Formats: sequence, structure tokens, C-alpha cells
Amino acid sequence: MEAVISLAIGVLFGSGIWLILRPRTFQIIIGLMLMSYAVNLFIFMMGRLWIDKAPLTLNPGTPSLGEYADPLAQALVLTAIVIGFATTALYLVVMIGARGLTGTDHVDGKEPGA
Amino acid sequence: MSSLPWIQHLILAPILLPLLAGAVLIPVNAKRHGLKFAIDLGCHLLLLAAALVLFWQTDQELWPGSMGVYLAANWMAPFGIALVADRLSTLMLVLTAVLSLAALIFSHHGWSRIGAHFHSLFLFLLMGINGAFLTHDLFNLFVFFEVMLAASYGLVLHGYNTARIRAGMQYIAINLAASLLFLIGIALIYACTGTLNMADLGPRIAVLAPEDLPLLQIGALILALAFLTKGAMWPLGFWLPTTYAAASPPVAAMLVLMTKVGLYAIIRLWPLAFADGPLAGFGLEALFWGGMATLLFGTLGTLAAQEPGRMAGYAAIISSGTLMAIIGSKQPGLLGAGLYYLLGSTLAIAAFLLLIGLIERIRTPGTALLALTMEAFAIEEKPEEPVGVGIPAALAFLGLAFAGSALVITGLPPLSGFIAKFSLFHALLNGSSTVPLQNGGLILLIFCSGLAGIIALMRFGVRTFWASGNIQPPSLQHSEALPISLLLLLCIAMTIYAGPLFDYLGRVSQDLAQPEHYVEGVLSAPVIAAPAGARP
Repeated sequence: MEAVISLAIGVLFGSGIWLILRPRTFQIIIGLMLMSYAVNLFIFMMGRLWIDKAPLTLNPGTPSLGEYADPLAQALVLTAIVIGFATTALYLVVMIGARGLTGTDHVDGKEPGA
Repeated sequence: MSSLPWIQHLILAPILLPLLAGAVLIPVNAKRHGLKFAIDLGCHLLLLAAALVLFWQTDQELWPGSMGVYLAANWMAPFGIALVADRLSTLMLVLTAVLSLAALIFSHHGWSRIGAHFHSLFLFLLMGINGAFLTHDLFNLFVFFEVMLAASYGLVLHGYNTARIRAGMQYIAINLAASLLFLIGIALIYACTGTLNMADLGPRIAVLAPEDLPLLQIGALILALAFLTKGAMWPLGFWLPTTYAAASPPVAAMLVLMTKVGLYAIIRLWPLAFADGPLAGFGLEALFWGGMATLLFGTLGTLAAQEPGRMAGYAAIISSGTLMAIIGSKQPGLLGAGLYYLLGSTLAIAAFLLLIGLIERIRTPGTALLALTMEAFAIEEKPEEPVGVGIPAALAFLGLAFAGSALVITGLPPLSGFIAKFSLFHALLNGSSTVPLQNGGLILLIFCSGLAGIIALMRFGVRTFWASGNIQPPSLQHSEALPISLLLLLCIAMTIYAGPLFDYLGRVSQDLAQPEHYVEGVLSAPVIAAPAGARP
């Protein structure tokens, strides 16, 4: 299971890196989104993969992470998703503005040959 | 009924005040400039007062261990989010308050009137910066970084023209990518240590199993990468000169401060996390050489730059590079001089960036730049052209202010830049006859960067003030001359009161050298007991 998840994160992040190195703004925003998905999954996995564990422990004594699934990673990933979503939306607006103002979707604001 | 003393609540003020004022300003009609400016100015003055009270409070040791801890929602330290005001963070708060006040006054005449929500964005930016200085939780630090960045995206694009949107695209893209690295770093550190509280980090790293160390190291390095992208370390800082040159002057002045936030995070986090144990001093060597490369890059860039805006950008890169090399060289006594350098160079570069906006007017009389911007943005209402009664002797003022900021940036006597460099060299030479190769190299590079700065700024000054033939004195408003004078007067005050200031900075670096006091202070901060009779 760990191998499948890490492969999935790796493929997502790798595709994202390839895309943000491309010259068109659309490719960049898709790349950034793929990367943020990969990062969100990554944070989620940092609470370890558990099945059938309660989110908190009621056993007496000092609790150890082996007894319950860590709920903090889920709280972190929720915040990260919201912030990532907001900043991506903001970037999209800037992109539309750039397309309107420069007349091209190249990241430099002008076509390579022009 | 037990409760916190009011002074403890004041730690929240630098975050809450700009948030509330910014929110209040959103529904106010954009045409009521005067009201918006008045609210913003009032908020800034309150912020400055709060920062000064906190500064006084920490330095006079009125709080135990000279640090105030605010436990959000009354959770004990490693579990909840703690806000901590100590000497270093209150010093940065005061710097932020002064710099943003100057930028705000400067924007009064023109820049705050174009575009709709300048004041709100400006206040949210302040909230993010202040929060990053105060917070003591890694994930909370990320949130405040994002608040700061989101506001800065809007501000860099403020006064929307092609150059700004082109620079803004790159600025936003690189910062979004850096934020992702920030998250990966936090996640890895959390996975290894199980904590996000900075004070809790050090003790836990010290008892970490050896097989977990590589993962933690990777996490810390990725996190540092995110900080250093903000701090513009070579090769992560190529975005900086373009963005500085494109942004409007008051915003560019605030950006100078934002590069220092990344460095602040490193100064704060590294001594806490890697003070001793198996990873003592981890990564500092790389930071030193990275700083040297940044210095070299900034020096070459200064010589090559043609526009004043890019020149200021490279000056900021030189300042960042010097600080990185200082932090990385691990020498006691050097950090105090480094912080003095940070204060002086931040103020001077910000003053220079504000000044550029006025010097442009000599070249293009009237406000051609503003007019162009308005056209692109299709705003019907234009700000009044600065005609009528300007300040007398405008050219003399511009020339003097230019000379003053150039003296501080390049580190020539008699202003604070010289004292900063002198004390840096003094600490690097360390009074011994043999100087380590590293220190020698750093001294040489700082010298060269100063020389390059002199050449570039002199070339620009001669071209602008002497060799441009029959120039018309531009008309300047008081609200434009005042903030520049304020920043430069502060540089002069830093020169005159260098003695007391160095004593203070010595105490700051002493605090940083004793992380165990800090850790104990945060972790033992008392929670408020529930009032009697309260239901569980």
C-alpha cells in the first residue's frame, strides 16, 4: 500500500514539475495544481497509513501513536487545501489579466520569435 | 475570576489590528480616499505604539525571561499555537511598523488612489508579516506567510500595467512553488518529530533515533529552501530584481522587508532546532557558501543594472547575501553586527526605492508614469497632478536624499552603513593576526559589493543630476518628501545612537545563543485556570 501511494505522489509531482517548466500559462497552472495535489496527499500520508483506528484514544496511561490514527495531519491538509485553492484561483485571475493585456499566453508576455 | 493582564493581550495587537482595520476598509467606497487613508494611518500609528510598548516590555525584562508568551485559546504550549514576543521579534515589529508607516505616507498622494483596495491589501500584508514574526508554530508560520504573500500578489499588481503583470506572473509562480516546498518540509518535520511547536522541536530532535535523522535533514533542507527563496539566495533569487523594478514604489519598499522575513525565520528556527545534539549547526556551512554566491551575484548584477529599480533590487540581494553568510559563519558576536546591518540596509534600500519614484519625475516631468497606468486601468478619476505649492528646493532635496541613501547602501562613512560594515569586519577579524580563509573571503566580497554599489550609484547619480542638461525641478509634495526624510533620519539616528543600539543587539544575540531559556519559557508558560464553578 505504501508503495502504491508513494508512486502516485511521485507521478503527480513529477508531472507537475514537467508542466511548470513549460512556456504556456495554462500548462503552468495545471502543473501547480498537480503539485499541490501531490503535496496534499503527502501531508495526509505523514499521519501514517492506518485502517480501522480511532481518531483518538481512550486507553488509560500515556498514549502512543500506535493506538490511534493521527488526526492532526488531516487538520493540516484541510488548511493546506483551502490556502492552495485560494492562491491558485488568484493566479488564474492574474493569468487572464496577462492574456488580455499582452495578447499572448506565453509566460514572458511575448511570443518567443516576436 | 482570573484573567490575563492586558499587556499580555497586546501581543495579539500587531496581528488583530491590521486584520480588523483592513476588513473595515473593504466596504468603504473607493472614492473616499481621505477616510480610508485616515483609518489606515490611525491603524499604523496604533501598531507603532503597540510595537514600541512590546519592545520596551521585553527589553526591560518586565516579563520573565524577557519574553511574553500568548497561548492561543489557552492550550498548553506544545499542543496549541503559541505567540511569542521576545527581543528579536519585537525589534522586527518596530522595523515593520516604521517602514510601513513611511510607505503608507508616501502612497498618500498618488499610489493609494489608483485601484480599489490598496489600503486593505496593505494592512493584510502587515498582518502576515507581523504574524510571521510573532508565531511560534511551524504551520501557523506557513499560514502567515501565505497571508503575507497573497496580499503581496495583489500589491505587486497594484496599478496594473504590462510590466507589472509580467513580473507578477513570475513572482506568483515562484512563490506558489516555494509554498509547496514549505508544506513538504513541515510535513517531513512533523512526521519525524511529531510536533510543530518550535520550542518543542529542539528537545525532540536531540533524542531522535539515528535512522530517522536523514528524513528530518531532508525536511529541514526543503523548509530552508522555501525560506531562502523569499530571502533571494542565489540561484533562487532571479525573480527579485524584475519584481522590485516593476512594483510601485511604496510596495517595493515593503518587499524589501519581505525578503528579511525569510531570513528572520532561519535566525529564529535554526538555533532552536539545531542548537546541540547530533545535528548541531546543521546546514550552516551551505548557508555560508550560498550567501557568498548571493553576494557575488548581487555585486555583478549591480554593475550590470541600468535602471535604478533593478539596482535597488540587487542592493537588496547583496544585503540578503551578507546576512546569510553572517548567519552561516556561526561566529558569536557576529550576529549583533549583522542585525545592525539588517536594520540600516533595510531602511536605506526602502528609502532609495521611494526616492526612485520621485527621481523618475525629473526625467519625465509631470506624472507620465501614473497617467500611463491610469490609461491601462481605465480609471476615470485621475489623482491630481502634483502642481501648485510643492516643497521648495526640490532638486536639492532629491540630491541630498539620494546621496544619503547611497552612503548607507554602499557603507561609506559617516552614516550607519559604515558602522555596520566596520563592526562586521571587526567581528570577522576577531582581533587575531591570522584570519581564517572563509572570513577573509567574506570580507573581500563585502568590500567588492560596496565598491560595485558606489560605481553603479555614482553613475546613476551623475547621469540624473548633473549630466542631463537643462532639467526642470519636479514638484514634490510634503507627503512624499516626509517618509524619505523619516527613513534617512532614522539611519542618522542609528549612527548617533550606535552605542546603545549595539548593546541592545548584543542582548538579542545573547538570547538567541541560549535557546534552552527560550524553550523553557515557552513550554512552562502557565495556562489560565478555569474560573471556579465552571462546568468541565
